[in-house]
Amino acid sequence: MAIKTEAIGKEWPTTKYEVGKEKIGEYARVIGLDNPVYFDREAAKAAGYRDVVAPPMFCVTYSAPALGPAMFDPEVGMNFAAMVHGGQEFEWGEPACSGDEITTSAKCLEIFEKDGKGFYVFETRSINQNGDEVVKGTWTNIVRGV
Amino acid sequence: MADLNAGDAIPGLSVTPDKYLPHRYAGASGDFNPIHIDPEFAKAVGLPNTILHGLYMMGLVARSATDIAGGDPKALKKLSVQFRGMGAPETEIVVSGTVKSVDGDTLVIDTVAAQGENQTIRNAEAEIRL
Repeated sequence: MAIKTEAIGKEWPTTKYEVGKEKIGEYARVIGLDNPVYFDREAAKAAGYRDVVAPPMFCVTYSAPALGPAMFDPEVGMNFAAMVHGGQEFEWGEPACSGDEITTSAKCLEIFEKDGKGFYVFETRSINQNGDEVVKGTWTNIVRGV
Repeated sequence: MADLNAGDAIPGLSVTPDKYLPHRYAGASGDFNPIHIDPEFAKAVGLPNTILHGLYMMGLVARSATDIAGGDPKALKKLSVQFRGMGAPETEIVVSGTVKSVDGDTLVIDTVAAQGENQTIRNAEAEIRL
């Protein structure tokens, strides 16, 4: 059975996320990060940030929600029972700080079949309230036995 | 720290996530997929037990990368990983790697996250600007 590819290029509605100081601290503690720029406003400002700054990988918290509708879209038609998160790339721009309002868009970049597996590649782009890109994500899901 | 050269090992790190770590990561990240927090659900879908979030382990890889820049988050410009083996709670994770290239103030490192012989993240390439 040939893999469905009609969703390539499809875009989904954006999601919004307001970055919170305590949420940054919660994430940083789970990862074991102890730099005060993640917890203390004065330390963050002294280090040149606008406010308490998010660790780079905190980006999953604000960018993943935009991907939800894409993953469950019947036009994409991913078989979740056989799906694994195969690869991930992030490219960071302007740091995300407490108080930022981040808007994320999601797009299907590629769907292709290789060695009997389906590869579904999505892109998210997250922009802050000033129009600066904070992160671009490339999410690769692999479905066995397509 | 700027004295790292191509081929050098990075300091890396090791962490043993406790039994409840996936619950805390779920809360922090918003990813409550039950394969990470519910042993009965995980077993019902054919897993040996709950598994770690891949993006948690990627968070540790990112931590080892920013550590090279004295812990400064804005030093990490790009990180690309492949998820391979599944990670288990209550088992030590070792992040290790080598410097692939140095070009002016930009360092590219190649990193692996592993639990024993099980490489959970492979071909992790980080671009760090010092």
